[in-house]
Parts: sequence; C-alpha cells; structure tokens
Amino acid sequence: MNKPIELQPDETFVLNVGPQHPATHGVLRVKMTMDGEYIYDAETVLGYIHRMHEKMAENRTYPQYMPNMGRLDYLSAMAFNHGYALVVERACEIEVPERAEYIRVITVELNRISSHLVWLGAFVLDLGGFTPLMYCFDDREQILDLLESVTGSRLTYCYFRFGGIYNDIDDDFIVGTQAFIKRMRKELKMYAKLVTGNVILRRRLEGHGMIDRDMCLRYGATGPVARGSGINYDVRKNEPYSIYPEIDFDVPVYDGCDSMARYLVRMDEIEQSLRIIEQSLEKLPEGEVNPKKKPKIIKPPAGDYYAAVETARGNFGIRLVSDGSKTPYRLKLRSPTYSNMHIFDEACRGMLIADALAFMGSLDLVIPEMDR
Amino acid sequence: MSLTLLNAAVAVFIAICFVGLNAAYLVWCERKGAGFYQRRPGPMENGPWGLLQPPIDGVKLMTKQLLIPGGVDKAIFMVAPVLAMFPALISFVTIPFSKNIVAHPINVGVLMIFAFAALGGMSLLVAGWGSRNKYAMISSVRAVSQTVAYEIPMLITTITIVLVSGSLNLSEIAASQLGGFWKWNIWGFQEAVGYNILMPISFLIIFVCAVAETNRAPFDLGEAESELVAGFHTEYSSMGFGLFFMGEYANIVIGACLVTILFLGGWSSPVPLGFFPFTDHVGWFLLKIYMIIFVFIWIRWTFPRTTIYGLLNLSWKYLIPISLFNLLLTAALLKVF
Repeated sequence: MNKPIELQPDETFVLNVGPQHPATHGVLRVKMTMDGEYIYDAETVLGYIHRMHEKMAENRTYPQYMPNMGRLDYLSAMAFNHGYALVVERACEIEVPERAEYIRVITVELNRISSHLVWLGAFVLDLGGFTPLMYCFDDREQILDLLESVTGSRLTYCYFRFGGIYNDIDDDFIVGTQAFIKRMRKELKMYAKLVTGNVILRRRLEGHGMIDRDMCLRYGATGPVARGSGINYDVRKNEPYSIYPEIDFDVPVYDGCDSMARYLVRMDEIEQSLRIIEQSLEKLPEGEVNPKKKPKIIKPPAGDYYAAVETARGNFGIRLVSDGSKTPYRLKLRSPTYSNMHIFDEACRGMLIADALAFMGSLDLVIPEMDR
Repeated sequence: MSLTLLNAAVAVFIAICFVGLNAAYLVWCERKGAGFYQRRPGPMENGPWGLLQPPIDGVKLMTKQLLIPGGVDKAIFMVAPVLAMFPALISFVTIPFSKNIVAHPINVGVLMIFAFAALGGMSLLVAGWGSRNKYAMISSVRAVSQTVAYEIPMLITTITIVLVSGSLNLSEIAASQLGGFWKWNIWGFQEAVGYNILMPISFLIIFVCAVAETNRAPFDLGEAESELVAGFHTEYSSMGFGLFFMGEYANIVIGACLVTILFLGGWSSPVPLGFFPFTDHVGWFLLKIYMIIFVFIWIRWTFPRTTIYGLLNLSWKYLIPISLFNLLLTAALLKVF
C-alpha cells in the first residue's frame, strides 16, 4: 500500500471529468480539485439527464406510468417494474396469481444477471481490459434474446401489469433459460480465471476504494456496495416480497470494504441469481398469469403506501401518496445509485485519479436512474 | 560520394516504406488479433478479410481537417507528431535485418537507437505541453516518467549483452549468436555468456521494458482512455494523430527488432542445416519480430492496465536492481570463465 500523501490546498487545479468522459458511463460530471494526480476534493454534479419522472407520475394514470419504469434504470428495468407493480398492488389490494409471481422472479433475476454482466464488462473496461466486455455482452445477448421472446423488448421492459404480467412464458423460454443456466455456470468459471485471478486486477482493487460500514450507513448505500462493506442487507431477505421467502438462496456479504469486495459480491450474486432461477423453474406452478378479478380502473384508496425491491444496484423504494383519484398525488422514487454515488465525493479524497475512476466503476453507477 | 548519397536515399526510402507498411498493417493485425481474442471477426468490410482497411483509414486521416485548438503554442504543437515519427524512422537505419541487409552499420548502433528512443519520449512531453489540455498534461508527465523509468533497466540489460558480445555494433551482436538456437543469448548455459543462468530473466526484463517503452497495454498509461480520455494526443486530429499512431507502431517494430537482435540471435536460424530454409537469412529475423509483436498484441487484449505507481514501483524496485545484479554477475562470470 502507498502511504497517503500530504495534500497541498494551494497547489491545486480543477479537472472537469465529464459530462462527456469515457469513465463516467453517461452524463455524470465530477469537478475534481487535483493536486498533481491526487484528488484533493471532488464534487459530483447531477442533472444532465433529468427528465422529471416523479412529476410525470402526477400527470398520468397508473398504467400509463408503467413504461417510465424501464427508463429509470435501463439495465435493471425489470426490478423497477416489479417495484412499481408492488406498490400499486399493495394500494389496491390486488392478488397476484402464483404463476405470475414465479415468472416475475425468473425475469427479474435474469435481468439482474444481465445487469451485472454489463457492469463487469464496463468495469474491466474502466481498468483498461477490453476483452471481457465482449465476452460479457455475448452472454448478456442470450438473456436479452430470452427476455425479448416473452416481453417483446430487449432493454426497456414494460412486462409487469398490476396483478400479473403481460404474457405467459412458453416452453421455448423454459428450455432456453435452462440452457442459459448451464452456459452461465461455465462462463463464470472462465471469468474467475480470466478476470478475478488476474494479478493486475487484484493489485488495482484490493485495498483501494475503501468505504467503511459507517460511511455506507451515513449515505444510505445499499445493494452490492453495502454488502461489500459487511452490511448484510438485502430487501429480498430483510423485507421479503413476492415468492423470495420460499426460495433457498444466500446473500453474499464481504467485509473487505474495498473495490475487490464489491466485485466479489456481484460475481457471487450472479451465481445466486442462477440458483433462484433454477428453483423457480422447478417449482413453476400451472395456472393463470393475471387475476380473474381486477378493478377496471386503477384507483387506490387515499393513503400513503410504500414498497421496496432489490434491484441489481440496491434498494429501490417507491412511496405512493394517493388521493383516491386516477393519478398519483405524489410518487417518490428512492433509487439506489443516487445514494451510492454520493459516497464518491467523500471517499475519493486523497486517491489517485486512476484509482478513483476504478472506484467509481465499482460503485456501478447508472446515471438515468440517479437523475430521474 | 554520390554513391553513398544514393545509398542513403534508397535506404531511407526503403525504411519509410517498411515503417509505413508495418504501421498500417500492424493496425490491421492488431484489430484482427483483438477480434480473435474476442470471438468476433474484426474488420471484414473493405477488401478480402478487411485487407483494404489500412489504406482507406490512411486516406481518411489525411483528408480530415487538422484542427489546432485556440491558445496553443503552434510551433510546439506541430512539431510534436513529427518528433514522434522521425526517431523511429532513423533508428531503422542501423538495424541489421540480415548479414547483408542493413542500411548503414554503425559501430555504436545500440547507443544510437537508445538516443533516438529518448527523443521519442520527448515528443510525448512536447505534445502534452503544447496541447493546453489538462488531460494531455497529466498524460505527458506520466509518459515521461515512464520512459525514464524503463529506459534504465533496458539500458543496463543491453550493457550486459554488450559485455557478452564485446561490441556496440548490432550486426556484430547478432553475428556472435549464429549457429543454432542454443547459441542465442537468451539461454544462460553456454560459455559465451559465462554460464549465467539469469539470462532468461534478462530477456524478460528487456521484453517488459520494450512493452513499457512503446506505451503498450498493460503499460499504456500515457493514453489511458478511461482516465485521461486520449492522453497526450487528445487534441490532435487528422495526420497529427496519424503520425503519433504510426510512430507508436514503428516503435513497436524497433522494440521487437532490438529484443530479437540482443537475445534471439537476429537472423540466425534455430537449426543450422546447410540447405535453404534453414540457413541464416532475413526470413528468420522477420519471423522472430512478428512473433514478438504477436505476443505484444496478445498481452494488450488480455490484461487490464496497471497504475502509474504500480508501473514505477515495478521498474525502480524490481527491474533496475535485478538488471544491475545481473550485469555485475555477468561481468564477474565472464572474468571467471
């Protein structure tokens, strides 16, 4: 480990990283005050892709707002669908058929794997290794094809309906998913050899990008970022929803607090998601995928509702305030990356720019979800 | 007099052609290699297997507008790309491709190559300094400290070889290794190198240094695109960028030539049989340098990038002490045997 240097506040210059910079993966801007290559201070600037999603909710009916969910976190759209469906179902007390719940879990977990694959590729790209990106996208392609066959779209899914899902899955999907699980297990071994075991990668991740437990709690970090700092919090286990309580899976937790811990958490999560999909496919019951009795017009009774789901990046919560009309009175989205990202300002002080950008990659930022 | 002038002109012309063709088609090889490692075909559109891609890229680069950003030091800005290209070109003058194919054998050829390689490092500094861009600035500072750090172990290792063969002339160094692959300097167990079994390690050191010298991944800190956008050539467009690009590939060829001559016996055939394909000729030399370049490409598309301190630590803490120790050991052993 290198010793931290004494930073000289009077010899700094400002480096404007972004909004167009290869490392920020989108339109995040970071104003870095630099002392040579060391970061003296950093300030993240948001708002370059703000689309007023929360305000939009107040202007349209409940079903009309569903497609917006796919535009928040474009990599983990299915989980956001799930969150929104969950809160409206809670408000209107709609029962979801068993089969629909299983299909929801299968698609959400497939989507989680594809999201982690994009992260893995982009993260290693941040570290300067180009090849894993291609392998990850190759694997992700299989998931996209599977999901396209049932949802009709490849990225911004709008698959869930209040009380069920849009379309039942067919045998092709089940067979394809089983084949994918097999393939992915093999590929995971390859990633472990090609990426995880690489000495340069380990040198660059181990002991770098430290964020301790306390900092995670202060900023409200969730998901793999928190689990990499020894916080055993996963909405699927802590506030179970859907059929997760019936499924046997582990929550990978590492207490390394460094970029490597976050990396390992995500790699283990891919394996856990495969387990969840495997079990769900085995248990998949027959039946309808949409409830027989469902209100024609969604009008939740006046009140205050909340639901949270675990997306690929952490805890996504929706608070819905309804006044009993056809549109929400207020819809507050609590997106995981927004909290995770703000750690960057504090944690990157004193880091070299190369380490800081690797650290930023390990936070797995998706900018449209942050800005909403 | 006129004959030597003509000779020089022909040599320079051939060197330029060789360098130009190499630069253009190494880019093609690089992209095909990348494709091979990434389960995709690489360039396929222009010509068979995309073979027409390099000339088309060249035309594109030449016809693009050369944009000079406002407020830069124009002279320095324009000089930098030329400075990147021409030392590489000149270095080819002294490189022996075989016993007879050498433009001009210079008695201090090794020294000359190192002198011009240092000039190449200078071009990065000048480019970053003249660009008026913070990313370019950081990158040029990195590139210079990297070049300095890696030239030292490279020089020390080269001196070891100079000790062994007793000459600074590249042709003589290569000629001293003729007669089968067991005579190459990479092998420690032979009388010529004083039974110094550390010779393979010397080879590794000079190989790593050659990768680092040419700013290749995993040591491409000068143009770390995920940190510094494009590094020292961020502000360059058109042929300014093109020259940097060609200079980089020319340097790769020089590095590979140097490694081949110093450690792999230059143009010597691995099995010295009396009939044609196994006699010593230029084919062996080209085969060796392209195999080394292939390894360069292989490494680039497999490893992630190191950091600047990791790189400097590697040089100052490991490579320099080991190469110094090896130099002293070789000197002592040569005295003994």
